[in-house]
Amino acid sequence: MKFSENWLREWVNPEISTAELLAQLTMAGLEVDSVMPASKPFSGVVVGEVFSVEKHPDADKLNVCQVNNGKESMQVVCGAANVATGQKVAFAMVGAELGADFRIKKAKLRGVESNGMLCSGEELGLAEKSDGILVLAADAPSGQDLREYLQLDDVLIDVDLTPNRGDCLSIRGLAREVAVLNRLESKAPEITRIPASIPDTFPVELQSPEDCPRYAGRVIRNVDINVPSPVWLQEKLRRSGIRSIDPVVDVTNYVLLELGQPMHAFDLKILQGGIQVRRAQKAEKLLLLDGREIEVGEDTLLIADHEKALALAGIMGGEHSGISNSTQDLFLESAFFNPLIIAGKARAYGMHTDASHRFERGVDFQLPSVAIERATELLLDIVGGDAGPVIVTDAELPAVRTVELRAGRVKSLLGLEIPRDDIENILIRLGLVLKDKTVDSWQFEIPSWRFDIALEVDLIEELARIYGYDKLPISKVNSGGSLTSAPENKISLKQLRRRLNTLGYQEVISYSFVEPGLENKLAAEQSMALTLANPISSDMSVMRRNLWSGLLQTLKHNQNRQQDRVRIFESGLVFSQSEAEIQQEAMLGGLLWGPQLPEHWANSSRNSDFYDIKGDVESLIALSNDGAAFTFEAAEHPALQSGQSARIKRDRHNIGWLGALHPLRQKELDIPGKVFLFELNINELTKAKLTTVNLLSKYPSVRRDLALVVDEGLIYAELELVIRQQAGEYLDDIVLFDVYKGENIGTGKKSLALGLTFQHPSRTLNDEEINEIIDRCIKALQAQFNAELR
Amino acid sequence: MENLETLTSSALQAIAKADDAAELDSLRVQYLGKKGSLTEQLKSLGALPAEQRPEAGAAINLAKQQVQDAINQRKVSIESAANSDLLRREAIDITLPGRRQQAGALHPVTRTIERIEDIFAAAGFATVEGPEIEDDYHNFEALNIPDHHPARAMHDTFYFDSKTLLRTHTSTVQVRVMETGRAPIRIIGPGRVYRCDSDLTHTPMFHQVEGLLIDVDVSFADLKGIIEDFLRQFFEADLSVRFRPSYFPFTEPSAEVDVQCVSCRGEGCRVCSQTGWLEILGCGMVHPKVLELSGIDSEKYTGYAFGMGVDRLAMLRYQITDLRLLFENDLRFLQQFS
Repeated sequence: MKFSENWLREWVNPEISTAELLAQLTMAGLEVDSVMPASKPFSGVVVGEVFSVEKHPDADKLNVCQVNNGKESMQVVCGAANVATGQKVAFAMVGAELGADFRIKKAKLRGVESNGMLCSGEELGLAEKSDGILVLAADAPSGQDLREYLQLDDVLIDVDLTPNRGDCLSIRGLAREVAVLNRLESKAPEITRIPASIPDTFPVELQSPEDCPRYAGRVIRNVDINVPSPVWLQEKLRRSGIRSIDPVVDVTNYVLLELGQPMHAFDLKILQGGIQVRRAQKAEKLLLLDGREIEVGEDTLLIADHEKALALAGIMGGEHSGISNSTQDLFLESAFFNPLIIAGKARAYGMHTDASHRFERGVDFQLPSVAIERATELLLDIVGGDAGPVIVTDAELPAVRTVELRAGRVKSLLGLEIPRDDIENILIRLGLVLKDKTVDSWQFEIPSWRFDIALEVDLIEELARIYGYDKLPISKVNSGGSLTSAPENKISLKQLRRRLNTLGYQEVISYSFVEPGLENKLAAEQSMALTLANPISSDMSVMRRNLWSGLLQTLKHNQNRQQDRVRIFESGLVFSQSEAEIQQEAMLGGLLWGPQLPEHWANSSRNSDFYDIKGDVESLIALSNDGAAFTFEAAEHPALQSGQSARIKRDRHNIGWLGALHPLRQKELDIPGKVFLFELNINELTKAKLTTVNLLSKYPSVRRDLALVVDEGLIYAELELVIRQQAGEYLDDIVLFDVYKGENIGTGKKSLALGLTFQHPSRTLNDEEINEIIDRCIKALQAQFNAELR
Repeated sequence: MENLETLTSSALQAIAKADDAAELDSLRVQYLGKKGSLTEQLKSLGALPAEQRPEAGAAINLAKQQVQDAINQRKVSIESAANSDLLRREAIDITLPGRRQQAGALHPVTRTIERIEDIFAAAGFATVEGPEIEDDYHNFEALNIPDHHPARAMHDTFYFDSKTLLRTHTSTVQVRVMETGRAPIRIIGPGRVYRCDSDLTHTPMFHQVEGLLIDVDVSFADLKGIIEDFLRQFFEADLSVRFRPSYFPFTEPSAEVDVQCVSCRGEGCRVCSQTGWLEILGCGMVHPKVLELSGIDSEKYTGYAFGMGVDRLAMLRYQITDLRLLFENDLRFLQQFS
């Protein structure tokens, strides 16, 4: 809501500065968003009176005028077509400054001397565009400084009102609030009933009484629509950010700003039979004022006559039934629409109007009959005409609400005892009516303009607000009386992140919605992606099914910025759909690309490979203290290179993937060198086993090394499993310390060198025992894998 | 005795010339061993008259001791020379950079969330997370934002279908926790939220932290206390904090909280648009309707809730002036947080 400080002060004028007023509004919950001067700084412009207008002898479009500045007459050459004798005008005298580089000087125009300039609204910054000079009211005092006359030393205040405060969407509402804050009365202009001078009325039927419980209407005949709106009216509208259209629309807009009542004027000649306020019929069409034709839904309220829809009730008028420059007779509408029938409708039709903005927040249902008198008074002043009687048609008006307030609740919710007198005083000044009270409670009736007060807490909020949030007490933090838990059966995401940091991975955060093409190529086949109905752009339209597209995009972004080594990770939800069910799983994903170690005088420049990223994954797994439960299985994934990809399992559950990016994807993304990826399910990964320590043996351990030649295709894990089965309980550790392929062991073969460590808890193992175990292992390996000792 | 003196001085000369431990040892054997020349001198004592024996014996022993001492000293000096030689050979340039994996860092948003979690954990707030794809009920209805409520227009919501959406705030976490119906409740809920808005100061995805405390006898004074304390701990400065009335459908009374500008300390600058204040979070007392909708007795329990934008907090804390930097993931930017 944008308004001028002067206009507000016409209603209530506390003895505080502008800055204080702004602070007061903000601290009362009417947040001041911006403050601007009402006009650009100009000087030397006065009210002038045009005494005579004569054609310029040498120029068709110029006039030579005698303009009086209150003291003397001066000759001014003026190019405006609308200049006329007797007008009061904005006269910029010689020496006037209209802008930084715009100073009025004595001049000769086509040989005729000109001592100043007659200004348009545009030239003074009072209008965006002007057609001719600004014409002031006939009673404007000649010679008065224009700034003073138009009260231009004013401030335009824009308050960002929260949706509950529809009652402040008018000068009347704001004045009421400022009056309460300053313990003053707000002085509303006197609104008199305009008696009917003609008997004419127009019938109104409320066919949807709950949606429109009150409708005030009035016929005004014989208006002169072609009179311009007076400058004071245009100025008030302008200072609230509304453009002047024609005098009738200007008056209804003025009443909207002043009192908060949206109104509408119909051209009476167009209306057939009578007004019907009703829900739309199926597939009913309406051509709106803004030129758009819409098909109206059956849940929408219309103003119609007996033949057709005329307007979207409470939102926007129709093209055909509105005022035009041939209009002579008006039908004025001032109604109360239930917020529920208006709410969301304007948005649904892709618009937002001053009327819908107010009606969906709630407009005082006692206002229509007051507003229609105010509008009539102004219209008769400006466009003349004869008014018929106001006809108010009522249906089911909202019930008056009474809310109980308990003193004990005020204290317990605010942590402060507000004196009873103060409580009553604040609420009564806000317009609530005290209906009843006991020693510790009150019954208050809620005024018709407060749609936001329905419960006791709403009253308590009003008390807090007017009392001042800053004056409410502050309690010390209490910590809830119990200590924080520190579970060890769960690793925190924090620990995982720290470990990845230590392993050299930088955390990134990428958008959860991604480009569908890439996403689809990277996702596992069995799942379905979720697509946004209203994405911000097509490359952010589908929810990621894994973290890899974000990581790869991040890699690309950094590669394009000369990074030659990227190690990144992200944690977050991934989304998929199967049947009607939506899955949202928290995952931890990582990407490895480029040299394994930073460029350094002592490092090799070897590129990272599968075993580097696998080692990092193993390092994460190790945090669980349950490493033996995890296995890596060769498996295929559409995003990964077959033969360099593994499914990661914990016990029997699939918990993630690991591998090299598929060479085709790598090529499509134009990434030089191999990229390695992993992704792990966080819930599964973070389950941990409590450490329970094994006692240490006091006896020496014995190590035996085996070098075995096996088929190149043999999976190491299978070999290790056989050894573990055969080696018995004293096997303490196996380390694979060499893998070798070469001609001297035969093609299609590889040599694996293992170190086996044995230890007995309570005695020294002897050679015979160990030899026996080793023999057993070798025999089993020979039998199962045709393994040979090297 | 002259013989003894000659012997001693030649021994001492030989010891002084010895270059290594082996040579020294052979000298020891030569002079002091069982058959060593000085040891032999003792054997000749028998030939002397009895009254001269003690004196001559003492002289021989003194000489032996002298030689032994010289050997010991020489040994130490040979070892020390060998040691300094070793040190000289193994000396390196200790200014060369060390060998290491280059550690990564947390994203500043995560870092900020972790700090917020830590600050609130000290007051018993547990961290809870919720789904990001939500239904209309948890994102709006349960928070007292019915269909077509004007507040919905303030949330530019991403939809999948008419009832399924991306959560527009972390207040959904409040609802999910309250639904368990087990008061008292003391949680914070950090996470990603989404709004269909993208310009210089808005990204379609951002982060919030929600806080919720439900208990008996919780008042607005408690809310003011925790928020003020939090902001001072977060910015590590004794900043002024102000509460302004505001409106959220799910709290009543509601407040917008401003903190004294961390950049100019209230003088007015570009960061605070010359106001001296930074709008930092929204909060209020949980609306009784919201408690009831989730099955909590609003007469018995009261509570407060708050929600803050993490990205903005991170920007203020680390003087990040361009929001877009947060999600571009430029490593040169991110690595500054290690």
